[in-house]
Amino acid sequence: MTELLAELLVPFSYNYMVKAMWVSALVGGVCAFLSCYLMLKGWSLMGDALAHSIVPGVAAAYIIGAPFAIGAFFAGMLASLGMAFVKQHTRLREDAVIGLVFTSFFALGLLMASLWPTSVSIQTIVLGNILAISDEDVVQVVIIAAVSLAVLLLIWKDLMVTFFDENHARSIGINTFALKIVFFTLLSACTVAALQTVGACLVIAMVVTPGATAYLLTDRFGWMIVIAVAFGAVTSFVGAYLSYFLDGATGGVIVTLQTLLFLLAFYFAPKHGVLAARRRGLAPMEAAA
Amino acid sequence: MRAPDRTLSVLAPASDASIVDASIDVRDLTVTYPNGFTAVYDVSFDLGPSTICALVGVNGSGKSTIFKSIMGFVRPSSGEIRLCGMPVEQALKKNIVAYVPQSEDVDWNFPVLVETVVMMGRYGHMNFLRRPSRTDRYKVDEALERVGLSAYRDRQIGELSGGQKKRVFLARALAQEGRIILLDEPFTGIDVKTESAIIELLRELRASGHLMLVSTHNLGSVPDFCDEVVLLNRTVLAAGPTSEVFTQKNLERAFGGVLRNFELGGRDLHKDDDARRVTVLTDDERPLVFYGDKPGKRDETDADAK
Repeated sequence: MTELLAELLVPFSYNYMVKAMWVSALVGGVCAFLSCYLMLKGWSLMGDALAHSIVPGVAAAYIIGAPFAIGAFFAGMLASLGMAFVKQHTRLREDAVIGLVFTSFFALGLLMASLWPTSVSIQTIVLGNILAISDEDVVQVVIIAAVSLAVLLLIWKDLMVTFFDENHARSIGINTFALKIVFFTLLSACTVAALQTVGACLVIAMVVTPGATAYLLTDRFGWMIVIAVAFGAVTSFVGAYLSYFLDGATGGVIVTLQTLLFLLAFYFAPKHGVLAARRRGLAPMEAAA
Repeated sequence: MRAPDRTLSVLAPASDASIVDASIDVRDLTVTYPNGFTAVYDVSFDLGPSTICALVGVNGSGKSTIFKSIMGFVRPSSGEIRLCGMPVEQALKKNIVAYVPQSEDVDWNFPVLVETVVMMGRYGHMNFLRRPSRTDRYKVDEALERVGLSAYRDRQIGELSGGQKKRVFLARALAQEGRIILLDEPFTGIDVKTESAIIELLRELRASGHLMLVSTHNLGSVPDFCDEVVLLNRTVLAAGPTSEVFTQKNLERAFGGVLRNFELGGRDLHKDDDARRVTVLTDDERPLVFYGDKPGKRDETDADAK
């Protein structure tokens, strides 16, 4: 028994594992916070597009030895401008423009990383590698996540009003344009941070799944944020922990955990779950019988 | 010693905004969008306190552009708008304008409760953290009470009926204590009973000095409760007291061939010498009935029906 316990505690004795678990939890929590807003507006795939678009920036930053956050930021800006430019000058629909631009950026990133191999491999960018994260990168990720969390805690109600009823938000003197800019800046920054933990391909799950799960469990926006952040942080922490034993990619483990929780909520949520809906559907028939 | 009187504190002016008489002053407003389309040009009208004014016109006549301009969403290309004598930005900061959205514009699946939406009306009165004070909670209770939704305060907004949904946003406007209330198509998709209840509420607000601007397709109810009418077709066709402006001739000018127009009278209607005729104007909501040359009032027709 004590042997099993000792075995289970092994990850905590490694410095790199402890670091990975706490950083993952922080990033998972902040991404979950953002997911509450993102999925209500039908902007979920924007997160995906952003995550893929910043890959060339990250690759370039590693090649020239600059902080990866700066490279990612520039690539994200370029991609957004690119989308706006293409959209203005063609009659293509928005989804086509987004799909076109973000895949181009992603391909460019892969090409750069394979032509100039550096300390960062393609696999690290695409799948993330929180277990081998360097101390400088930890500092960047923690600063990004902590600042984002602080800002979100200050403006979450203003964001809620803006996303719910922009006209009303304006009528009470909220600068909705500035607020949306702040939101997308935070989203880009957190996407960059999440890149380290789960990789470019799975960032989308971090900024969608926790919010979607919480949405099924409550009708109060404040509670939705609390539930989502708890889910995001705990799944990320446990996911990083489990990846030590499973020897699997951390991102894959984290997102699988999140999906499992989503499925549980999908079926068993007290009011919005499939089973609850079925019960409600049956109730009138039983009453009639 | 005097016991603190709760009611008194509510009736007393809550902010400096409520001391000023409500007014909307639109002068030579022209709005051209970035794509070069001029939505409205040379629009001018004045409205004072204790007024309900209907904004009437076909789709695309510029009703929503005027609403957006009053709320500072779009900037005038020329001309200006003053609310209670102030520029728009300043008036918004003072919570002077409350907005009641069209039902189609609301995301009814958004995870918010009825009381949360009404509390949003108080946000402009709070500090930047939006922490509700006791006064804020009291105003929300009072607003919910007034529209008859106290029993539904814990419901998610999508679970309400059409009329209740409308009243949630009216309660928010009440809680906000704006002196100017903009209502965007308040009568679409609701039953006659709710319509009467809303009109009754608007009349009460008028009695307490509010200024309401109502964009509506519901021509039939306009003479019932609107003191003034602004007829719009990208510019003001006519503006003034309802009895002068809301005439068959003006409406035909505003709507062109869009309205259904039935005229029943003389030989078609009856065989006696009664020369009066009945004209029905409708764009498929409650029709406007002219009996002779005067628009019929709901109170009279209802009384007849009973």
